[in-house]
Amino acid sequence: MEKAIKKWFPLFALPTLVSFAIAFLVPFAMGIYLSFCKFKTVKKTEFVGLDNYIKAFSGDKDFLNALWFTTKFTIVSVITINLIAFIFAMLLTKAIKGTNFFRTIFFMPNLIGGIVLGYIWSMIINGVLYYFQATITTDANYGFWGLVILMNWQLIGYMMIIYISGIQNISPDLIEAAEIDGANAWEKLIHVTLPQIMPSITICLFLTLTNSFKLFDQNYALTAGAPGRKTQMLALDIYETFYGRVGYQGVGQAKAVVFFIIVAAIALTQLYLTRSKEVEN
Amino acid sequence: MSKFKKVLAGALAGMMAVGALAGCNDSGSNNNNSTSPSTSTSDGTKDNAAKGFYDDVDTSGVKSIYFLNFKPEIADKYEAIAKQYKEEKGIEVRVQTAASGEYEKYLTSEMGKSDPPTIFQINGPVGYQNWKDYCADVSGSKLYDLVSDKSLAVKDGDGVYGIPYVVEGYGIIYNNAIMTKYFATEGARASSMDEINNYAKLAEVVQDMTAKKEELGIDGVFGSTSLKQGDDWRWQTHLVNMPLYYEFNTGTGDVITNCLEAKELEFKYADNYKNIFDLYTNNSVTEKNLLGGKTVADSMAEFAAGKCAMIQNGNWAWGDIKKGGVVSEADVKYLPIYTGIEGEEKQGLCVGTENYFAINKEVDEATQKASMDFLVWLFTSDYGKKAVVNDLGFVAPFTSFGDDEKPTDPLAKEVLAWMSKDGYTSVKWSFAGIPSEKWKSDFGASLLEYVQGQKDWTKVVDDAKASWATERSA
Repeated sequence: MEKAIKKWFPLFALPTLVSFAIAFLVPFAMGIYLSFCKFKTVKKTEFVGLDNYIKAFSGDKDFLNALWFTTKFTIVSVITINLIAFIFAMLLTKAIKGTNFFRTIFFMPNLIGGIVLGYIWSMIINGVLYYFQATITTDANYGFWGLVILMNWQLIGYMMIIYISGIQNISPDLIEAAEIDGANAWEKLIHVTLPQIMPSITICLFLTLTNSFKLFDQNYALTAGAPGRKTQMLALDIYETFYGRVGYQGVGQAKAVVFFIIVAAIALTQLYLTRSKEVEN
Repeated sequence: MSKFKKVLAGALAGMMAVGALAGCNDSGSNNNNSTSPSTSTSDGTKDNAAKGFYDDVDTSGVKSIYFLNFKPEIADKYEAIAKQYKEEKGIEVRVQTAASGEYEKYLTSEMGKSDPPTIFQINGPVGYQNWKDYCADVSGSKLYDLVSDKSLAVKDGDGVYGIPYVVEGYGIIYNNAIMTKYFATEGARASSMDEINNYAKLAEVVQDMTAKKEELGIDGVFGSTSLKQGDDWRWQTHLVNMPLYYEFNTGTGDVITNCLEAKELEFKYADNYKNIFDLYTNNSVTEKNLLGGKTVADSMAEFAAGKCAMIQNGNWAWGDIKKGGVVSEADVKYLPIYTGIEGEEKQGLCVGTENYFAINKEVDEATQKASMDFLVWLFTSDYGKKAVVNDLGFVAPFTSFGDDEKPTDPLAKEVLAWMSKDGYTSVKWSFAGIPSEKWKSDFGASLLEYVQGQKDWTKVVDDAKASWATERSA
């Protein structure tokens, strides 16, 4: 079987490789090249060297502000999402009635698109804030916490499912052994459950971290950066730079390349750190 | 083993992706057959052919042209026109419409494709700078020949690159029924609209109206100053036109050109802007702190429901007012925007355009000509003209339109009436000279912070000036 697959590998893999090249590698390479160019559409380009990168960081403070806002947002939402999702997972793996029902309900928000969620939540949040004579754009903090709430609402269900499968995979023998050794509930959690679900933690951290960092739709629909670009995240800033300013396409592209490097660095570091803590069964 | 399974799964996923790609290709190739040369001779029906714009080019090989529409509110009207054109001339006009506020973005991505728009729109000299490499010189075309005021067109050197196709006007729309009611109240500060011809009088009346709003049955004098991001163009583009016009209308040279060439903004009339902006927000239907959540549609709905007496907008807003069904057609009138500038008693409405047709010079000559033929047909044939007036509702600046061929909605009629008022000067749309979209959105964001009390006015002005300088030098 393996030999056969090896033999036919080129034939079967070719479509993938070709489409991967067309849909990913070529645009990616073009994107990097374009970040060194002044251009309007991708057909007419003019090489300008590092100019775009210099403009991305000097010009105005938008990019750095967005970076800082995104970092803050990512830290807060990664912690809250994973903590709450884990607590839900623990609760819903106990023998209580209707766990499947609750799991489904908690998972549902994940099925709704980001733009729709953003508009729905902007209505909800504005509806509440109206009583206090304010809107979500009154204060950048409102926008920040609005985004955190939205992100939590959307991702908790998904992460919960991953944690649940991790928890269910823990062998009852281990729990039983711990109980015989006299471990209390807290000790079981710290010394048995957590080490056993490290693979789930790795994947959940990865997903929340990258999703929060790359967040766009929700940001666009909820606040669109208001007030005064104070709630603008990196992806939105890149979008605004690319489309909102005459002659700034290249700068937007340069920002996007920087953005890619940051996301890749964070994701790889995180994978390395959590992977090293995983234990083999 | 499991590694191979993964590879297999990947390969299958890849197959699906390729299928999808192939699908794209298929649909794309249908529309791009226009380049194939045709040997058939011209059919001789050249009545609408452009003169001096690829005159000798045979368009019989052209099967379809691509029109990228700027105005989503009339997208379906264009579809109908395209259908008629296909019936009459056999050329398919593909109409695509960009969502409100997304035109530049949509155009950028469409232009990069192998089947780009053949007719697109630029918003004036700034848009032209952006799309210079794509705009064909249309100075020899029949459509340009028909433009009644040639100074409106977008020019560069000897060439003409954008043809204005609609003239629009904006000002303060008021509900005459409410105003009449106010004039009848005790101690009214004016007895008719004619008395309101400067800022001081307007402010006096508005403040008095606010005091009597219960008696008048309104929630506020002005509709909400919509400052939600993307809905703030009435303030960061249209209203800011007032100080820009007065600053750059120096008497020498064209006001738009002056504005366009200004490296720096003095913002000499910033206080005048503040006058009217404060008047709007202090006498609004909505509390200042809530304005950040309001859209243009919200405030138009307030006016349409008779909850406010005045609103700043242009003649395109008639549809929104009509929808409410409360305000009668005869009661919808215009007042110029008064900001407290000396001599403003003789100031008219803000009249101009930010809609120019451009022909994509990247496509082959026959398609360019076919595209121009379509536009000429639209603005000269009987069917086309009727559609322009009745369906599209344009005040079209072409000599092919007679006096009886003007739109009949009350706002368009009011614009025309104000334009022809003796001794009054219309305020030209000077905002076409604003350096970039970013300047506008930054200014809009500043205004929001200003009404929320987070930024004081001097800072708003300073930021606007600084942003002008950086954006202009970009």
